Amino acid sequence: MASPSSPALPAVGGRQSSGGAGTDFLTTRLEPVVAWARKNSLWPYPFATACCGIEFMSVAAPHYDIARFGSEVIRFSPRQADLLIVAGTVTDKLAPVLRRIYDEMPEPKWVISMGVCASSGGFYRAYHVTQGIDEIIPVDVYVPGCPPTPEQLIFAVMELQKKIASGEASRDRRSARYAAERQK
Amino acid sequence: MSTLVAPSLSPAAEKLRERLAASPAGGNANVVDADLPVVETSPESWPAVARLLRDDPDLRYDLFLDLLGVDNLSRKGQPTRFEAVAYLHSLPRNEHVRVKIRLPDSREPSLPTVTDVYPAADWYEREAYDLFGFDFPGHPNLHRILCHDAFVGHALRKDYAPGQRWYCAESDLRIPDWARETDERAGHFETQTLSIGPAHPATHGIIHVLARIDGERIVRAETMIGYLHRCFEKMSEKQHWNQVVPYTDRLNYVSAMINGVGYVRTVEKMLGIEVPDRGRLVRTILSEFSRIMDHCVCIGANLVDIGALTNFTYLYQNRENIYGLIEACCGARLTVSYVRVGGLSIDVPEDFVPRCRRLLEWIPEFLRDVDKLVTNNRIVRNRLQGTGVVTKEQAIAWGLTGPMLRSSGVAYDVRRARPYDFYDRFDWEVPIAQDGDNFARYLVRMEEMRQSLSIIRQALDIFPEKGPVNSDDWHVVLPPKDAVYHDMESLIYHFKLVMEGIRVPAGERYEWIEGANGELGFHAISDGRGGPYRLKVRPPCFPSMAAFEKMIVGGTVSDMIATLGTLNIIAGELDR
Repeated sequence: MASPSSPALPAVGGRQSSGGAGTDFLTTRLEPVVAWARKNSLWPYPFATACCGIEFMSVAAPHYDIARFGSEVIRFSPRQADLLIVAGTVTDKLAPVLRRIYDEMPEPKWVISMGVCASSGGFYRAYHVTQGIDEIIPVDVYVPGCPPTPEQLIFAVMELQKKIASGEASRDRRSARYAAERQK
Repeated sequence: MSTLVAPSLSPAAEKLRERLAASPAGGNANVVDADLPVVETSPESWPAVARLLRDDPDLRYDLFLDLLGVDNLSRKGQPTRFEAVAYLHSLPRNEHVRVKIRLPDSREPSLPTVTDVYPAADWYEREAYDLFGFDFPGHPNLHRILCHDAFVGHALRKDYAPGQRWYCAESDLRIPDWARETDERAGHFETQTLSIGPAHPATHGIIHVLARIDGERIVRAETMIGYLHRCFEKMSEKQHWNQVVPYTDRLNYVSAMINGVGYVRTVEKMLGIEVPDRGRLVRTILSEFSRIMDHCVCIGANLVDIGALTNFTYLYQNRENIYGLIEACCGARLTVSYVRVGGLSIDVPEDFVPRCRRLLEWIPEFLRDVDKLVTNNRIVRNRLQGTGVVTKEQAIAWGLTGPMLRSSGVAYDVRRARPYDFYDRFDWEVPIAQDGDNFARYLVRMEEMRQSLSIIRQALDIFPEKGPVNSDDWHVVLPPKDAVYHDMESLIYHFKLVMEGIRVPAGERYEWIEGANGELGFHAISDGRGGPYRLKVRPPCFPSMAAFEKMIVGGTVSDMIATLGTLNIIAGELDR
C-alpha cells in the first residue's frame, strides 16, 4: 500500500502498518479514489481527421509511448472510450458526425482539442471549416500547434489528469449550436 | 482572333494541329503553344475532340489527369467568364496536353460530360459542378462532392465570399437513392446496406463508403468524400505566393516536403528563375526521405488493418528518425514549410550530410525486418494476393498514377518520364509489378523505398559542402538579414516582398512532379499581382479514391479493408 503522502493517491487518512499486528485501514472519500482511477486509465477515442492524426500516431507509437500515462488503450468505438481526442480540422460536413460520436460516448467523458484547426479553425478561415469544435461540443483541454508536437499532447493529457483529480466539473454540455439544433 | 495560328509551333503542337485539322471532329479546335501544347475548343465539340485525342493513333492521349474550372470575373483580357481546363497525358508518346474549353456566358454554364470517353472524368466533373456550378448534361451522378449538401452557391466563383459558411445538420448528408431501397430476391437473402465511415478505424481519415452486401460479397458501393474539404484553393487565392507554402504542406501531410517542392517549382518556372544546385539537392534528398516516410505509413497502416500490428512499430520508427533530420533543418516535424520560391527558408545544418548518412544505415535494417516478417508471410499473402485487382487497362482508364499505376504494369514515373532536378543524373530503377493486386502494390512500395535510398546516397555523393541554397534574385528571395539592416536597397526589396509579395508575370502554367502517390501537378494562374489568381492542385489520390468503388465490387468486406489500405488515401490531399 502506498504511503499517505504519495502524490499518486488521493488525500487519505488512516494508520500506517506498524509491523504485523492490527488491521491496516485508510479513510478517504469515494470521489477522489474514483477520480484517481479514472485519470490513470483514460481510454482515448482518436477522432483523427488530418495532419494532427499523424502526430497522434507518433504519440501512440513506441517512441513517445502514451502507455506511460495509462492511455494506450485506443478505442475506435465511442461506447468504450472516455476521452475524445479531436485531432485535425473539422469541417461543416463533418460537424454532425463529431457531435454524434460525442453523444454516443458514455459519461464521464472528456475532450481534448488537438491543434489549432480543432481549437479555432486555424488558418482555414474558410467557407467549409468549423471555426473550432467548441461550436458543437464542450472542450476540456485545448492544445495549440499546427500540428502540436507529441510532447504537447502528452502535456495536455497530464493537464487533463490534474483536472480530473481536482474534481472540477466538465463544462456545460450544451454548446450554443447544439442547443439551437435541439430547439428546431 | 482565335483562328490566328502562331507562325512556328513546337513539333508536338504542330502534330496536334495536323491531326485535329485532318478530322471533322477537330474542325473548329485551335492549337496554340504555351508551356504545353494547348487545344482550344468549344463545349459542343469537346466530347468529339476528347475521343479524337484518345483514339487517334498519332496522339493517343490515354490518361485523363485533371479537369478544373476557372472564373475570369476579375481577370483582364479574357473573352468569356468561365472556362474549363483539362489535362491529358499520352503514355506511349510521353506528352501532356492542355485542353481549354471556353464556356459561353450564361446563367448556367454547361459543357457535355466526357465520362463515356474517359471514365476518370467522373469525379473531376462533379468537383467542377460543386465549386463552379458547371452543369454536365449526361453525367451519371452529378452531385456535390466536396462541399456538404446543404451548401448554397459555388465556392470557387470569384463573387463567393471566402468566409461564407452554411449550417449542415446530420439529416442534410446525402444518402444515395439506391442505398435507401431494400433489394429482395426470391429464394435469396435480403441484401444489406453497410455504412463504413465517416469515422472508422480502417478508413485512415474521414471517408464514407456505402456498400450493398449480398452475404459477404459487395455488389454495389459508393464513396463519399469531402469531409476534410478545407478550401485550399480558395485560401491560396487570398495569399501571397510564398504564403501558400504552409497550405501545400497540409495537402499530403504524410510527405509534406514533396508538395512544397511541386508548388514552388511551378512558381519558379513562371518567374523563369533557377535555384542553385545545392538548394535543389536538399529538396531532392528531403523529398526522397519524405517518400520513404509516406510509404512506411501506408504499408504500416495497411498491415495493422489486416492484423499485423508489429510492423507498424518498425516502420514508424523510420518516420521518427527522419523527423529528427527534418526538425534539424527547419524546426518542424510534420508540416515543414521549408521551401520558398527561389530556394529554401534557411540553409541546412552543418551536420546535414552525416545525419543523412546515419539514416541511410538505419532505414534498411527496419525495411529488412519488415521484409522478413511480411513478404513471405502466408497470412499476409492470403489477404493481399489476388484482392483489389486493377488491370492495366482499368488503371489507365481510371486515370491512376504513381504506385497504383506501376503495380498494374505501366512504368510511368514523372521522375523518369520528365526528369526534373537531378533525377536524370542518378542511376535508379522504376519498379513495376504486373499483377495489379494489393500485394503488388506492397511490393512496389517496398522497392521504391530502396530506390529512394539509392537516390539519396548518390545525391549525397555530389552534394556541395558550401554554396548558396537560394537564388540571388532579390525580386523573389528575401535579401540576407545583415544586408537588410545596413543597406537601403536591400531594405526596399525586403519591404516590397513582405508587403506586396512576389510579382509573378501574368499567365498560367502547369508543372508536375512525382508525389508519393503519383503525379502531383499544380496549375497556377497569375494576373500579375502578388498572389495566385487561381491555384489548382492535381491530387494523385483523387482518381484512386474514385476508382475504389469500382475496385471493391465482387470482393468481400475484409478485402475492401485491405484494398483501402494499399490505395494510400490521404484525406488532406483528397479533399483539399
